[in-house]
Amino acid sequence: MLYPLSYEGLREHHTGWVRAGLRVLHWGRNRVRVPNLDDRMGWTEGGPVGDGRLEIDRISKSFGDVVALRELAFDVRAGELFGFVGSNGAGKTTAMRIALGVLAADSGEVRWDGVPVTLETRRRIGYMPEERGLYPKMRVGEQLVYLARLHGLTPAAAQRAVVEWTERLGVAGRVGDEVQKLSLGNQQRVQLAAALVHDPGILVLDEPFSGLDPVAVDVMSGVLRDKAKAGVPVVFSSHQLDLVERLCDRVGIVRSGQMVACDTVDALRSTGAMELVVEAPSAPPGWADNLSGVAVKEHVGSRTILALGDGADDQVVLRAALATGAVTEFSRRRPSLTELFRNVVAADGVAA
Amino acid sequence: MNAWSAVGLVAGREVRTRLRSKAFIITTVATLVLLVGFALVMKLAGGGSDSTVGLTGGSTSLSAPLKATAESIGQTIETREIHDEPAGRRQVDEGTLDALLVGDGSNVVVVVKKDIDEKLRATLNVLAGQLALNQQIVDLGGDPAQVADAVADAKAEVRPLEPPFDYNGQQLVLGMIAGVLIYMSLLVNGQSVAQGVVEEKSSRVVELLLATIQPWQLMAGKVLGIGLVGLIQMLVIGGVGVVAGLGLGVLTISVGSAVGTVVWLVVWFLLGFFAYSLVFAALGALVSRQEDVGGVITPPLMFVILGYVLGISILPGDPGNKLVETLSLVPLFAPTLMPMRLAMGGVPVWQAALSVTLVVALIPALVWLSGRVYRNAVMRSGGKVRLRDALKM
Repeated sequence: MLYPLSYEGLREHHTGWVRAGLRVLHWGRNRVRVPNLDDRMGWTEGGPVGDGRLEIDRISKSFGDVVALRELAFDVRAGELFGFVGSNGAGKTTAMRIALGVLAADSGEVRWDGVPVTLETRRRIGYMPEERGLYPKMRVGEQLVYLARLHGLTPAAAQRAVVEWTERLGVAGRVGDEVQKLSLGNQQRVQLAAALVHDPGILVLDEPFSGLDPVAVDVMSGVLRDKAKAGVPVVFSSHQLDLVERLCDRVGIVRSGQMVACDTVDALRSTGAMELVVEAPSAPPGWADNLSGVAVKEHVGSRTILALGDGADDQVVLRAALATGAVTEFSRRRPSLTELFRNVVAADGVAA
Repeated sequence: MNAWSAVGLVAGREVRTRLRSKAFIITTVATLVLLVGFALVMKLAGGGSDSTVGLTGGSTSLSAPLKATAESIGQTIETREIHDEPAGRRQVDEGTLDALLVGDGSNVVVVVKKDIDEKLRATLNVLAGQLALNQQIVDLGGDPAQVADAVADAKAEVRPLEPPFDYNGQQLVLGMIAGVLIYMSLLVNGQSVAQGVVEEKSSRVVELLLATIQPWQLMAGKVLGIGLVGLIQMLVIGGVGVVAGLGLGVLTISVGSAVGTVVWLVVWFLLGFFAYSLVFAALGALVSRQEDVGGVITPPLMFVILGYVLGISILPGDPGNKLVETLSLVPLFAPTLMPMRLAMGGVPVWQAALSVTLVVALIPALVWLSGRVYRNAVMRSGGKVRLRDALKM
């Protein structure tokens, strides 16, 4: 065995990750920090192995003339929930497929625990493909046992794991039914169970939340959090950015096959311009148009959202608002991940 | 987990899924019923007589000569003594008798309903000739019995330059049954492989599987699993068929050659199945929808069908046909033609050995080629992958 750590060893080890250096990149109107590749490389080579990190190291992939990934790089630390976002066709699925070895990269490497991922390592990954896939005519229980056994579990252990996960995911009553007879939401739960039955040491989930009802979203979120707490690096892609914002420790935004932003949600949001939310019921439209250093982003009903420029004084805004009458709300906030994401896409539009 | 235990898991799933499927159970039971039914029909047909003739008055003395004459030309006639002629005529009219011999026994006078069976007419003609001849012999002062003995021994002595194989009628039938079975089995199980590959592709489960195991393991497991099911089916059908045939007394060939036929059937099923199903698996991987399976596997399927059609239409009438003999050595046709020839008998050992050797030698090449196509094509969903593209990478 090439891997110095067993899975059990990994659980205790996950807190020991080292923060990679960050450098600031400029793109569009925003400044976003991405991991400093050179620093990280130096750390990996010289530093300790066995940190349980999943590293996607500058992978490139082209399909004919179409470049899907261009030196895409990010890492998911043990015990971390990593959100992978990007518009359709940005390369998220391709990157995940390469991490799983289902697709071969043209260049670059995927490492786990400092060692390139092999077939043996892949057996430790729990995977949920974007295009859900289960045998439609096979019974739920049998199917899960089969998949668990393909991942190396003994029949008894597979059976136990299937009971445990179907109960946890609320499909225990359907183990004797064919998959095709289940509703799409329940098929999705079974699909997640398929990714979890072999007690994976890494979780790679492509759009795990799409098509789930709010209850199932909570169940799924809880499972992912627990897995991360147990020291498993968890990476998932999603278009539900509010969910990503709430759930993830770090987020990577991918555009045209490249990582354009990768940091904690707070760090990413702090790069956006500060916003002011003003609720002034008697303010006429256009009340803030002549204020310097601020721009009105939105005016709905009595609620106005303003972008606060560098060096602008928010107290001037408050005074102007009070001059119109009562002010029931006045607060500062950072732009949401959704807005950051829109900016990325907009920057893409400018670049193209 | 070693490489082959993954193959074993995949094969195990195939076996369980298929043994439980209604289609499998129905086809197996239907084939068994047909086979046993066929044996029963043969037994009933073989046991009865060709015609029943009533004898009345003086003609009752003709009973023994009639039977003897019938036997000499391969007919079985049942005779029945009728006490009065009108009763006999009534029975002819009702159809319980095919014919009624009347008269004093010195000549042949026959009453039939409308017309007479040609073979019965021939028998009666020979009998009439015999009677006339006997009369002449008696008139000349001779003993008809003595003359009959002398004549009975006289026949042409045939001296072939090349001794021909004496094909047994039962073995010809066995050969045809073997042909039908192997054809059906290749068709059904071979297509199962292609459909199974496409099922995994179209349901996308292949991506989940290939994240854990390698393409060759998935393909090998599928082919071995379905092959095992086909083998079990073949053994059950062949075994029950032979036991029914021997038990009912329809098969009078030796137990050894009957078992030999089943063994050859199994050997050729396995060879044919592996050769063809590897091709079917690779071609199945090229498409993503069940509707497209037919299109890609038709070309190789044509060879299976062509071999079967040639065999089933030529061999029963001409078991030693040169064209079939040559084609049965070619790996493409051997799986359908060779087992038919082997069941019919008379295949030189070198031909049997050569045909097996050629197919066995071809299989590793097919494994390599199909593995390549399968690996390159199985993850590409969407449209149809061109064979040339799949081979290139």
